[in-house]
Amino acid sequence: MPLLEELKAQITRRLPELDLVIGWGQGYDPLHHTPVFIKTEADLDKLVFDPLCVHNLSTYLTRYVHGKKLGVVVKGCDSRSVVELLQEKLIKREDVVVFGLPCEGVADLGKIKRALAEQDLDIGRVRTVSFEKGSLALTVAGKNVELPMSKVLADKCGRCKYHNAVIHDEFAGQPIEGQSQDAYEDVAAFEGQTLEERMEFWREQMERCVRCYACRNACPLCVCRDYCIAQSREPGWVSQRDGLEEKLFFQMIHATHLAGRCTECGECERACPVDIPLLLLKRKLNKEILDLFDYRAGTEPDVKPPLLSFKVKEENINERGW
Amino acid sequence: MAAKYLASEKLPAWLAELAASRVVLVPVKERDAVVFRPYSEGVKPVLDRQANVPPKASIFPASESLMSFKYIKNPEDLGQVAVEVHETVDAPPTVVFGGRPCDVRGFNIFDRVYDCPKVQDPYYKARRENTLFVTLACEDAENACFCHWVGSSPSDPVGSDVLLTPIQGGYLVEDVSKRGKALLSSKLLADGSKRSTEAKAVHKAALESLGEVWNPEKAPAKLLEKFDDMGFWEDVSAKCVSCGACTYLCPTCYCFNVTDERSGMKGERIRTWDNCMSYLFTLEASGHNPRPTKAHRLKNRVGHKFSYYPDIHEGIFACCGCGRCIKLCPVSVDIREIVRLAVERPTAKPEKS
Repeated sequence: MPLLEELKAQITRRLPELDLVIGWGQGYDPLHHTPVFIKTEADLDKLVFDPLCVHNLSTYLTRYVHGKKLGVVVKGCDSRSVVELLQEKLIKREDVVVFGLPCEGVADLGKIKRALAEQDLDIGRVRTVSFEKGSLALTVAGKNVELPMSKVLADKCGRCKYHNAVIHDEFAGQPIEGQSQDAYEDVAAFEGQTLEERMEFWREQMERCVRCYACRNACPLCVCRDYCIAQSREPGWVSQRDGLEEKLFFQMIHATHLAGRCTECGECERACPVDIPLLLLKRKLNKEILDLFDYRAGTEPDVKPPLLSFKVKEENINERGW
Repeated sequence: MAAKYLASEKLPAWLAELAASRVVLVPVKERDAVVFRPYSEGVKPVLDRQANVPPKASIFPASESLMSFKYIKNPEDLGQVAVEVHETVDAPPTVVFGGRPCDVRGFNIFDRVYDCPKVQDPYYKARRENTLFVTLACEDAENACFCHWVGSSPSDPVGSDVLLTPIQGGYLVEDVSKRGKALLSSKLLADGSKRSTEAKAVHKAALESLGEVWNPEKAPAKLLEKFDDMGFWEDVSAKCVSCGACTYLCPTCYCFNVTDERSGMKGERIRTWDNCMSYLFTLEASGHNPRPTKAHRLKNRVGHKFSYYPDIHEGIFACCGCGRCIKLCPVSVDIREIVRLAVERPTAKPEKS
């Protein structure tokens, strides 16, 4: 049975015990998919699954009151967020049914945009989309364009170790073999620059920030949301000015709150309307967490996250030797 | 209306001429985003697509100082404190170049709020008076564009001082306002009177590329009718993540917050963009929040644009159809779909208790 049909059959079977199931459907144009909320069998017609299913739907799990029974469709990377939410007791295992999928990678719309721009074409004018044997075929402004998938796959997919959902109650399709290594080479390369160069890079990037907080609100692990200290006036930690200081300060707060919790789904960066490479900040902290605690967030359901636990002496921190 | 012609290769020279005596904001590319930045030699404007962020900040800055203040203690009597206040109006002469008709149309919606017989906002007014718009007509619609729904078009001159239309080899340059006429005196501009037909064909093709018109005339009444139909609002807001991208990128959203940013004995009173998608937008001092959920908040956003604003402003929608709220929404919430559903879907009657 094709994967999508298998998924639909699984959802149909579990739907009676659930308030709703969150999956992906077709959005406003052929390149944009959008979250869909399935409440009845009839809603299943809306369901799609292909490399345009970019959203990490686990972000919705904390937006419902405890006790609601939710189903969520997840790719490998998304499932890590579910694990992390469970580890942090932000959701209850009995309240969620995880429909896991295998994933060979999702498209980065930014890369598609760049690839089209190279041919003087605009992503906003794509009329049709199809995936054929390792490539993405598009029609834009009367022209046919074929882009190899390798050119448009999200960076996170190139270093993915978790193609299959790491946690699931149902699993559709065949698990994908093989995994890539992620040694944080991109972060190491960035760190190769001088402090001034790095600061200058972030100055340039943050200049564009509109303080819309799409990065925060799209993040499945950024759970303070309505009570975020970036806007609260009591205490008024962050000024409402829109200078670089405030913008960068907010991103620092966001990144440190996610240290060792961020599953690197990249939703912060994808959600940013002005293309600020926010995942780099999160990956920097995760690289430190990996070095210090040998831990990748959301990969081991039974392990207590290192920053939620206390040890008198950390194995990789030589406190006495400083 | 005078029609002039600007050859593409003369564009940098014209921008330099304009920039000699004022700030000229042009759309430029930064990574994959297009944003407005001051022009200087060597800056390459991006004129083949809509900017991610509209030039809203040229007249309505994301954050502006309304006044600075200082507390001064009386050395004779430390209990006595005087306050010194300086009003700070910052309105340098500016030209916004290369925005789209939808980008500048937004200010007509602002005008009815910030510069009307009842209220005159001095900060807004000063910048409005000092800012000119040289707008670029669109050649082709993007998938999220719907300016034709809200009474506009890809060549709508409303709100512009000069309208540029891309034609073979360059641009047709037409003055729209008296102030715009003054900008046309440049020697770099040639006579364009014989090329108006070419521009008209571009306007027509662009309008046709938008596809069918859907008329939202019933939206004000239908949205009001759905005010208590929370099932409807929960349904259409289910995927919203309640961030503020849609409002901050909207050329017509004008809500603000005022805060005193004080440090020690001095500080500033600033006005910053606020947005109705935020829980804090309506949080009252008592702790009560009349719009506690994202469903309530999205209802306000759509209602404001397509019902409450037109109700008090002669039927004009507080939406310019630029489509940014759709194409830059992290989850593709589509305001067109919500308005259409509000009109077409039957309203649930509230249950009698």
